[in-house]
Amino acid sequence: MSRAALLVLADGRFPAGGHAHSGGAEAAVRAGRVTGAASLEDFCRGRLHTTGLVAAAVAAAAALGADPGELDAAADARTPSPTLRRAARRLGRQLLRAGRVAWPSAELDALAERFPKGAHQPVVLGVAARAAGLGPADAAYCAAYESVSGPVSATVRLLGLDPFEATAVSARLAPEMDTVVSRAVGTARRVAGEGADALPAASAPLLETGAEAHAGWAVRLFAT
Amino acid sequence: MDGMNTAGVRAVARVRACADGRGGTCLPELEGDGPLALRRTRGSGGEAHVLLVGAMSGPLGGDRLTLWADVRPGARLRVGSAAATLALPGQHGTEARYDVRLTVAGGGELHWLPEQLISVRGSGLLATTHADLDHGARLVLREEQVLGRAGEEPGRLTTRLTVRIAGRTVLDQELACGPGAPGGWDGPAVLGGLRAVGQLVVVRPEFEEKPITARELDEGAAVLPLPGPAALVTAVAPDPLRLRRILDGAAALLAPASD
Repeated sequence: MSRAALLVLADGRFPAGGHAHSGGAEAAVRAGRVTGAASLEDFCRGRLHTTGLVAAAVAAAAALGADPGELDAAADARTPSPTLRRAARRLGRQLLRAGRVAWPSAELDALAERFPKGAHQPVVLGVAARAAGLGPADAAYCAAYESVSGPVSATVRLLGLDPFEATAVSARLAPEMDTVVSRAVGTARRVAGEGADALPAASAPLLETGAEAHAGWAVRLFAT
Repeated sequence: MDGMNTAGVRAVARVRACADGRGGTCLPELEGDGPLALRRTRGSGGEAHVLLVGAMSGPLGGDRLTLWADVRPGARLRVGSAAATLALPGQHGTEARYDVRLTVAGGGELHWLPEQLISVRGSGLLATTHADLDHGARLVLREEQVLGRAGEEPGRLTTRLTVRIAGRTVLDQELACGPGAPGGWDGPAVLGGLRAVGQLVVVRPEFEEKPITARELDEGAAVLPLPGPAALVTAVAPDPLRLRRILDGAAALLAPASD
């Protein structure tokens, strides 16, 4: 395995479209729930332990070789907001396009054929990690980190937050990302024996409702 | 029920509803147990009504309560509760468990409308609800969680709600809150400091033909069409009264009473 492949996959400049999404931060800023570094940190902590944990577990299970169809259905059931389901598929499609060029593999080709409209992004992330020679913890780290880095970099633009302060938020959450990844990988390993029901289902009600409110706006900076 | 001991109460209550062949619904099984007492009340139309009456306080830490409801083809059952359920601390600081298992056959209809679950300071409860529906089944399910009595810190509460239609899981979500829950549960991504959170699930075969559209209902509340003939209304509100008002409004929208 190439450790550097993890940096390539996790890089914010990897051309997979993530920069167009705020991970719910834009809706939370508009609602007055995120106003600065402290509330951003609390927002990211909640996101990390809910949708971040689920994404990390799905990605880890995909990296372990679990059936992508079963994982995609499990991700659907854990994403009640149709706006967020659509966004996850769009991001999955974009990641798949980039991933197939970066790490050509029969598994990524099969995924593209099976999900012409895109599979949930964490499913693609896990299969791409496999193709890059990475393991389940690597895939989970990418997902957990993205669940925090998306809202953090979006908030720099939305609130004009000091980039140093924003980066410090990510750094402070790093130990909790480790915890989330180890939980995610633990549950992902149970999928082979117990099926996708073993995956965590932690939810964040305000992310779901905020996504639908945000989708109704006429003008917005981010897609979600 | 095994009685009360240091391990807490174990109780399993059951209700089964069948079509009586004359357009009505009969209850061949209606069996309360321990803190879960079930009473048949006056029904309406072809619908049987059952009330869950708390015969003791609880669930207390260490208790393990299970409630089964099974609705057979053509039967219509409405289950409510006489009062809110209070999750209370037990003597030994252990967690309580409350499992609700609902099955509805094709052509059957279940309205599962209990009062709020209130997580009292110092309590610990894992509450799970699984609804397993056959193709053509109908369901209206409401769950509300209140974090602490007025002005009180909540206990530790984890709820998991799973809905399966014709073998496909269309909803699986868990919410963990209170002291010791993973960080950020009270923050701007999850509950935003609000103290009442609720879910309304409506399953109707008609949604297959006429899917409903997603929309925001209120600040912190939205109608979310699920991947199947089902919709979830999620709402977070400052207090139980406002939460109930939002969910009642949504129920009138998604499952009009005239049906």
